Amino acid sequence: MANQLLELKNLKKYFPLGKGFLKDHKGDVRAVDGISFSVRGGDSFGLVGESGSGKTTVARLILRLVEPTEGEVLWDGRDICKFSESEMKEMRRNMQMIFQDPHSSLNPRKTVFKSIAEPLIIHEGMRGRSLRERVEELLGIVGLKHEHMFRYPHELSGGQKQRVGIARALSLHPKLLILDEPTSALDVSVQAQMLHFLESLQEKMGLTYLFISHNLAVIRYTCDRVGVMYLGRIIEMGKTEGIFSSPRHPYTKALVSAVPLPQAEQPEKMIFLAGDIPSATHIPSGCRFHTRCPEKIGAICEEVEPSTHRFSDGNQVDCHLYQ
Amino acid sequence: MEPILEIKDLKIEFATFEGISHVLEGIDLTLGRGDTLGLVGETGCGKSITAKAILRLLPIPPARIVSGEILFEGEDLLKKSEEEMKEIRGKRIAMVFQDPMTFLNPVFTIEEQLTDVILAHKGKEDSGLRGGRLNRKQAVEKAIELLREVKIPQPELRIKSYPHEFSGGMRQRVLIAMALSRSPRILIADEPTTALDVTIQAQILWLIHDLVQRHGHSVLLISHDLGVVARVCKKIAVMYAGNIVESCSTVQLFKRPLHPYTQGLLNSILTFSRRESEAQGIKGMIPDLIQPPSGCRFHPRCSRTMDRCLKEKPPMIEIEEGHWISCHRYESPLSPLFKRGVGGD
Repeated sequence: MANQLLELKNLKKYFPLGKGFLKDHKGDVRAVDGISFSVRGGDSFGLVGESGSGKTTVARLILRLVEPTEGEVLWDGRDICKFSESEMKEMRRNMQMIFQDPHSSLNPRKTVFKSIAEPLIIHEGMRGRSLRERVEELLGIVGLKHEHMFRYPHELSGGQKQRVGIARALSLHPKLLILDEPTSALDVSVQAQMLHFLESLQEKMGLTYLFISHNLAVIRYTCDRVGVMYLGRIIEMGKTEGIFSSPRHPYTKALVSAVPLPQAEQPEKMIFLAGDIPSATHIPSGCRFHTRCPEKIGAICEEVEPSTHRFSDGNQVDCHLYQ
Repeated sequence: MEPILEIKDLKIEFATFEGISHVLEGIDLTLGRGDTLGLVGETGCGKSITAKAILRLLPIPPARIVSGEILFEGEDLLKKSEEEMKEIRGKRIAMVFQDPMTFLNPVFTIEEQLTDVILAHKGKEDSGLRGGRLNRKQAVEKAIELLREVKIPQPELRIKSYPHEFSGGMRQRVLIAMALSRSPRILIADEPTTALDVTIQAQILWLIHDLVQRHGHSVLLISHDLGVVARVCKKIAVMYAGNIVESCSTVQLFKRPLHPYTQGLLNSILTFSRRESEAQGIKGMIPDLIQPPSGCRFHPRCSRTMDRCLKEKPPMIEIEEGHWISCHRYESPLSPLFKRGVGGD
């Protein structure tokens, strides 16, 4: 589809093991094992998963902070994995990342002003008055005041630090923001504000969001579409509402069931998964979820990797129950 | 029946570079026998400090216990010697913390660490044993049993592993096993599942719930996550900036939260439900405890303040059975706000 801003095609990232001086290749950590999805301009897409799902690696692949082992990352139809250094430098203005921990993503020795000004100085060569005006404008957009400009990170609250990170990310007019757990380091009473703010920012500036989180409530609140990841693959994907209200894949069902609800009545039937999440160095054969699946059919789940089945509601699932 | 733990008017200060931080402003807390009580609050509310104070784990200085009592089975823990506390810690009151890796020694096997705990006792009054000391072999058997209780598969094999060979969820199970190995009267769990994945968290919370039901421990569960607390606890105490602002049954808290902070907190939570319910958030910020707000510490963020709120700290009163609240708006059950049956404004 022509209007997909970002499209990932069969993206893989394997990290080799056993690179000792004998250089014998003992195997790979298959962090991302064939991911495909697309995001339309202006939309919010969520990637949800637990440890080892590969969701953070996907973000780093999109930004080319790591190189893919296989597959394509298409921006407006062009494969950015084939870009040169200088093309990539230009490309990086289009996509920015907001990190999880605002405490560590800001240089503690730089004032708010310096942190926000840095990309403007590097990419646009801005100086003096115009630089200062632009920084003030960005502070205004994120709801910070003039008085915050010359503070150091330790003089700000968690929410304020997060906003500085956002202002910095917005400085070069990106089209895509990748938000990696943007609220998990914030207190509950501030989380909702931050998400409202991100939502209005998106509307105002026509941004596209890729949200990465293990927190289903945050994803459900913010994203139109979601991809559920498990051990490097997307096992279910589609419109957020449908996926969370009527999950099809047994893993999604377990994930939804696991969310502890802040209410007096707890669900009677909770789904518990057996055992732990397997290591990405030893991905189970067949369907990678079969070792923990409460709805396993039989040998087919152990031997054959399920293909993607698409439903009429636009959602898709990778599971033998639906083949 | 006398409650197993009773905290009375506990005031604690912390000396910091910027001044004295008044971290606990005089809290009252009661844990009945067999109760499961959740202590809930955001950053800086004092919940972890309260837990550590019970076991006298706060470094003194910089901490200072200004006043108050912590009565465990009628005896004030604050007056006990370090020797006496050693007999209590881990044996009569046990604690499980957030990050299991920090509490397991990486160079010893699980077997060694578990048996160490089981064997470390002095007196004969230990309720976990029958007739005197166990020998090493018996301790190992007991350790394997404990691992089985916390649902670690093939415990007789896995006991030989080192901590790094276990996943986060398994390590937490080991810590729970350690904590329960001496059959403590009270289990304190401080954010026991915060560092774990959602599906693993569900397993661990269920495990705690199951163990508590079967063995009847009294539990104090500390968390910033109301959902977590709702899964394990029948009672909840909400803390804000060094005070307990509301305390009642879990059912009461969700059906009829009274304190403006509790209401704000419940409104802020992104319930994993339809989007139509917009989460609100609470305006303002958690206060600096070196120069805390006067009177009621919540007043700068409260939409229902009166003059009194700036001047006096509200007392804790029992507004209906089992439901305690600290708010000038609810002076008595006759207060209009209470009678109106308002859940929110």
